[in-house]
Amino acid sequence: MTEGELGAIWLTIKLASVTTVFLLLLGTPLAWWLSRRRSNISAFIESVVALPLILPPTVLGFYLLLMLAPQTALGEFWQKLTGSQLAFSFSALVIGSVIYSLPFVVQPLQAAFSRVPHGLLQAAATLGAPPLDQFLSVVLPLCRRSFITAASLGFAHTVGEFGVVLMIGGNIPGETQVISIAIYDQVESLQYGNAHRLAAGLLLFSAALLFFLYRSNRQSFWRLPE
Amino acid sequence: MRQISLSLSHTGDDGFSLRIECQVPASGVTAIYGPSGSGKTTVLNALAGIQPASGNSTIQFGNEYWQNGTQIIPPWERKIGFVFQDARLFPHLNIRQNLEYAIKRRGDESQPSFEEIIDWLNLGDLLNRLPESVSAGQKQRVAIGRALLCGPRILLMDEPLANLDHAARRECLHYLQRLRVELDIPIWYVSHDIEEVSQIADRLLLLENGRLEAQGSLIDLCSRLDTRLSHEEQAAAIVTGSIQHHDTEFGLTEILVDEQTLLVNHLEAPRGQQQRIRIPARDVSICRARPQDSSILNIIPVQILEIEATGGSRVLLRLSLGDQCLLARITRKSAEVLQLTVGDEVFAQIKSAALLSQATKGSAQ
Repeated sequence: MTEGELGAIWLTIKLASVTTVFLLLLGTPLAWWLSRRRSNISAFIESVVALPLILPPTVLGFYLLLMLAPQTALGEFWQKLTGSQLAFSFSALVIGSVIYSLPFVVQPLQAAFSRVPHGLLQAAATLGAPPLDQFLSVVLPLCRRSFITAASLGFAHTVGEFGVVLMIGGNIPGETQVISIAIYDQVESLQYGNAHRLAAGLLLFSAALLFFLYRSNRQSFWRLPE
Repeated sequence: MRQISLSLSHTGDDGFSLRIECQVPASGVTAIYGPSGSGKTTVLNALAGIQPASGNSTIQFGNEYWQNGTQIIPPWERKIGFVFQDARLFPHLNIRQNLEYAIKRRGDESQPSFEEIIDWLNLGDLLNRLPESVSAGQKQRVAIGRALLCGPRILLMDEPLANLDHAARRECLHYLQRLRVELDIPIWYVSHDIEEVSQIADRLLLLENGRLEAQGSLIDLCSRLDTRLSHEEQAAAIVTGSIQHHDTEFGLTEILVDEQTLLVNHLEAPRGQQQRIRIPARDVSICRARPQDSSILNIIPVQILEIEATGGSRVLLRLSLGDQCLLARITRKSAEVLQLTVGDEVFAQIKSAALLSQATKGSAQ
């Protein structure tokens, strides 16, 4: 395996890990809010979160690129804060990936949260638990499996993304060249042998992850009351 | 004595309106009784704070405001115990962990102890099991224990026996009666079952359609003719008396009720103990003269206090038995044939009398 390939693998793992952390931090309160509210605003937010499921990644990437460009407010702010450009950087990839993979984290969490009976939270409240305590001591353990599912899907989906990365990250080895881009690069330059190594590796990884996910979802330790 | 004051004016999302004002001493068992849809649970949930009442409602516990209009103390700061109809044990925790959940959150309260509750409610064998593997009756016992372990200043119970089968119900009632004697915190108990209420309540709030129809001691309200209670099919008066004598030969126990002796099925209890007895109105009949050859054992002299036609073929009589009251439901025809009028001295034949529970201090009158 070449140094470039190892670099791409490492970068992909780093991107997917950082993205997953942000996805959980952002997705958990968002999914909780969506699971407790039924209003026009929540329906609107829900549809925005789901957009990446149907939009071509190039559309998302195109608008993100415009948003992150140095002459925009966000781009300028970033430049002042860090001294470097936002577009075509690792940070841009994280922003793009979080938006792109958000539905894969929010949807399983939201579904799990809405299955937690409200009565259990009322019971916890009468036993002296304030809301955050209720969430940590009742909701979190009851939805543990869905958190594992959501984190795995978010991670795997980030590993598998291509279009958004290409649009906002380009193809800079060590900074934005993830596995999928590296494969594209190798195929473009007709290095099929090298492309095989990365492609087959990614295929095996994704298949194994999904297999373990589906298998563990079948045997649950306890069932939530329907 | 400390009071619980409610002034609720609540309109639900479905248009249901609740207007209730009352002051109740913070002691003993207060039953909120009424048909379904009368607002019983709404009152309890407002008191607990899990569904605060809207509008200008106020709730005061002693001199502490739990709700003053829109200023609402959240349930987790009220120090209450709540037992729900469906137990609501946490499915991911075993029984021991469910009980410990309450202990961990009760602050510096040290009573009651874990061991005490296990002992009272006989939970020892269940501790390591998951809620899904225990019976409905056992679940409810755990829920009661969990509510008590948070060191509450008041125990609220929302139809805790409604989901149980007959046997589990009886067993749970037995534990509740024990709690009633042992606990010195007020208990508010929602139910639509008057027999259940008769067993444990000291005081009744009678609800109908979101309004407080009547309020008072259980014994008074049961024998009043102007409330719905005495007009229900299972209407019954409740009297208290002390155990006088055990007749081992015939398996009967004599109970002295205001100078009169009632015979009931043998009861395992010491002489002198105060006892509540429930006497259904339909099981009391009236004679002008004391029958000589009757199979009915309990025939006692009473005076007619009130007569009310209940519509149709029957009338309801309120009878005095010393300071206490009995109800009798007889046919209108009998009342006319016997020419019964208020003030008449007659004899009541009591066909059945159900022993309820050991009466506690203060519940006798």
